[in-house]
Amino acid sequence: MSTATAAHGAAVEPAESPLTPESWGKLGMWIFLAGDAVGFGTLLAGYGAMRATSADWPNPYDVLGINLTALMTFLLICSSVTMVKALEWLSRGNKDKAKMFLAFTALGGAIFVSLQAYEWTHLIHRGLHINGNPWGASLFGTSFFLVTGFHGLHVTAGVIYLLATIGVVSRRPDPMASYNFVEITGLYWHFVDLVWIMVFTFMYLL
Amino acid sequence: MAEHKHPNYMAIFYYLAILTAIELAVIFMPIPKIYIAVLLCIFAVWKAALVAMYFMHLKLEARTLGLIAVTPLAIATLLVFVLLPDGFAVAKKTSDEKKVAPPAAAKH
Repeated sequence: MSTATAAHGAAVEPAESPLTPESWGKLGMWIFLAGDAVGFGTLLAGYGAMRATSADWPNPYDVLGINLTALMTFLLICSSVTMVKALEWLSRGNKDKAKMFLAFTALGGAIFVSLQAYEWTHLIHRGLHINGNPWGASLFGTSFFLVTGFHGLHVTAGVIYLLATIGVVSRRPDPMASYNFVEITGLYWHFVDLVWIMVFTFMYLL
Repeated sequence: MAEHKHPNYMAIFYYLAILTAIELAVIFMPIPKIYIAVLLCIFAVWKAALVAMYFMHLKLEARTLGLIAVTPLAIATLLVFVLLPDGFAVAKKTSDEKKVAPPAAAKH
């Protein structure tokens, strides 16, 4: 699929995809995200069950400190907004604005991962390790690093994906030719935001 | 271009920001912890639904795609209850061992 898609929605694909008539890629991304959601869901369900049955689970709210993570949550929500703005500008035919907002989104993701690295460093210095911590159940550290690490990895992948998307938008002369591509990137990015909303609530606030 | 309908994204953003602020306020509310937990779960699902419906355009997609999206949530929720008996069994075994074992062995 290259410049052949110049006439947006033109019959370049052999058959219309079920559920998402405009693009097979979108259906593919949704199925991937459903699978990925099972991965995150399993981690969070395991966390919930371990925590509910543990006698000495530390209160995450006291141990982790939520000011920084509340800021990170806000940052990720903002980056979701810049993502939809990029799509909106693209549908208006303004490639430069779309690329600018995609770059803002990638920047938001990069800052998020940096803040997470800072948070991890800080917590490790305070004694939170993957196999133990000074506050109680050792599985607290295990699950914390596993879940936030898995999510951080997704954000990192998302930043790379966004940068690649900027490249695709630049290469295709017609803004509408990359509309589907950007929308699919957006699906992934919003999913990462959605998962963080869950992680933030279950691992930091509860 | 009128071909693609876009929801009012800024309105959703303010909605999400306000819900996050309420979530943070809920933690400090002088009510039993179980109510706080239930409220936080409701707000989390609410926010996730907003992101999926409007940012991911699920509202504009075919219904079946929504079912694909909701299935993992249902599976994960059920999984918590599947894992609980196992967790309780381990917790009971650990506490029984602590009762039998001499106090010095309790530290790992």
